Amino acid sequence: MKKLCLILVSVFLLCLVSACSNSESGSGSSKVTLRYGIWDKNQKPAMQKIVDEFQKKHPEINVKIEVTPYDQYWTKLETAATGKSLPDVFWMNGPNFIKYSSNDMLMPINNLTKKDKVNLGNYPKALVNLYTFKGKTYGIPKDFDTIGLFYNKKLFDEAHIPYPDETWDWDKLKAAAKKLTNKEKGVWGIAARMENQAGFYNTIYQNGGYVISDDKKKSGYDQPETIGGLKFWIDMIKDGSSPTQAQMTETTPSALFESGKVAMIYDGSWMQIEYEQNEYTKDKVDVAPLPKGKKKANIIHGLANVVAANTQHKKEAQEFLAFLGSKKASLIQAKSGTVIPAYNGTQKLWVKSNPNVNLQVFIDSAKYAVPLPSSKNTSKWWDDETKILNKAWGLEIPVDEAAKTLAKKMNKDLAEEH
Amino acid sequence: MTTSERAVEGHTIETNLHPRPKLRKSKPCYSDWFWGYLMIAPTMIGLGIFYLWPTIQTIYFSFTKWGAFGNHSWIGLENYKRLFHDPVTLEAFKNTLIFVVITVPVGIAISIIVAVLLNQKIKGLTVYRTLYFLPVVTMPAAVAMVWRWLYNSDYGLINQFLSFFSISGPRWITDPNIALYSVIIVAIWSTIGYNMVIILSGLQGIPTTYYEAATIDGAGPFVKFFKITLPMLSPVIFFVTIMSLISAFQVFDLILMMIGPNNNAIEESQTLVYLFYHAAFVVNDKGYGAAIAVVLLIIILIITAVQLKLQKKWVHYE
Repeated sequence: MKKLCLILVSVFLLCLVSACSNSESGSGSSKVTLRYGIWDKNQKPAMQKIVDEFQKKHPEINVKIEVTPYDQYWTKLETAATGKSLPDVFWMNGPNFIKYSSNDMLMPINNLTKKDKVNLGNYPKALVNLYTFKGKTYGIPKDFDTIGLFYNKKLFDEAHIPYPDETWDWDKLKAAAKKLTNKEKGVWGIAARMENQAGFYNTIYQNGGYVISDDKKKSGYDQPETIGGLKFWIDMIKDGSSPTQAQMTETTPSALFESGKVAMIYDGSWMQIEYEQNEYTKDKVDVAPLPKGKKKANIIHGLANVVAANTQHKKEAQEFLAFLGSKKASLIQAKSGTVIPAYNGTQKLWVKSNPNVNLQVFIDSAKYAVPLPSSKNTSKWWDDETKILNKAWGLEIPVDEAAKTLAKKMNKDLAEEH
Repeated sequence: MTTSERAVEGHTIETNLHPRPKLRKSKPCYSDWFWGYLMIAPTMIGLGIFYLWPTIQTIYFSFTKWGAFGNHSWIGLENYKRLFHDPVTLEAFKNTLIFVVITVPVGIAISIIVAVLLNQKIKGLTVYRTLYFLPVVTMPAAVAMVWRWLYNSDYGLINQFLSFFSISGPRWITDPNIALYSVIIVAIWSTIGYNMVIILSGLQGIPTTYYEAATIDGAGPFVKFFKITLPMLSPVIFFVTIMSLISAFQVFDLILMMIGPNNNAIEESQTLVYLFYHAAFVVNDKGYGAAIAVVLLIIILIITAVQLKLQKKWVHYE
């Protein structure tokens, strides 16, 4: 009896305390506050400008941008989703989209398209498809990225090699990488890093291979063409034109490129702003299209803005989402030069944002690009890729063996998804 | 009803235990009890919500399989069976043991030596004490990043220094045979400060009369150290040992920051807590992660219990 009484009293006290703080934050203003979850601090200024622009039209809606670094973003988002406290509007990417949409965490946007607030024809089709699950579209494409060959003009000049251009193929790249390598100066021709989106996925598709079958049920890693796409990189580690896997673990390939230790690196369009702002690379860097293998291929991926299914401010969140997908918002992004905006026709402004680098390469690559492979639990087989292919990159096991082990493991993971 | 109940209770206590004047005793007793619990309530509620309840939940989750967003289903002992047949987990278990067996004794031995040295009257005493304590107040992530650069085999300071003596240094954090030991060095370095401060306070609690008596009896500094200092320090050393053991078993941040998932040495250097993090938060296998956490909890419980038993043999209280 006494104990019960005591517990009741303390619970009451606790409620009192929390009620106080609740009413304070709730009744402070009649404004609705939306939370907007993003992961890239480089893009925060542009996002803030878009928010400011939005608030001019909708002074009654407050938008708070929450930046979580990419490494923790998905962990945090999943915890928030489990605890029903997702941000009202947030960034989504391809590898995670199916997981969130198939579990009813996202709000379909069909009522926006019905009311003509959003016209999906304004965005590249590949991106709209990326965010469509079972016939319903859940996100409005925000931006896209493709991969290019970044190179250091100074190191090319010193080695008397012409700059790479659209005529380059795999053999030309390998020959150039070998010539650019200078052991005495500690310079390597290329960084053959163990990286999927900006690395071996491109060469796998260039070699006619695939990573995952179209029905998302089978791994492509046991196909000889796929293995050929992996060998491309490992050969360059073997012949010394790239740093070893261990060296690239200790010093990141980007850091090597930014200090003139590596002459060429495959990297995403999102990195141009980083290389442009770096003190060393800013006047030495340029971009060329990826050298072709059996055919041209490039990995395209783009983010989308989505609304949480259980948001408490459905109307306001969708209003904001529509604005994020507008031409105006895309132009603000384009000017900042951070990422390629998804709204058709606004890309030109992005290309102009940095005249020192041939940014048109990234727009042109989109024509023959393949979407980033994904499935329901992408992170599971991405983890297998890291674990198993790392050993092949470290020359601990032959590529064929690694690829076949990976194919088996990945097939098992894919079977568990259904 | 409550009043009569209370009266009856108060009455029985008085007659059976303390035959004292009625009115004076019963009221303060009740309100003492009440206020006592109310005072510790914030801590107890916090402990319950943030420690006890999650622990119980973790144990429950270790018997389940997790899907996305908290969906889970009961699978009995499946996670534990998998755990004891998984070579990666067994390797992680071995790595954790190596880590503990080296960091704890070496770390404490160095801490004692440093504490004894810093207990003398030397110039710049506070400067030295601050220097040794600095790693404790530095964020582990920052510590790990700085050491990563020191250890960098191509451009790092350590290998540059070694190259003056024409020694080509090892690949500190990417050689699978060495990586774990590189982390151990950093772990010892960063715990010395904390242990030192506690041992130092223990040293200052030893009455000087013992040393004076020993000096009169003609004992040298080494005899004094082993016959007076060490036994008198034993309660402090016991405390430090338990705390270091527990934190050594839980090492995670240094492994994640210094070795990392993209390193080929990770399998040879990952610990149980790293494996837990990987299972629960990278591949979203939270049931398996919970099982690892429960096994770790049991190991730490057993070792701490054994230590509490053994302390009677070597710990001297004044």
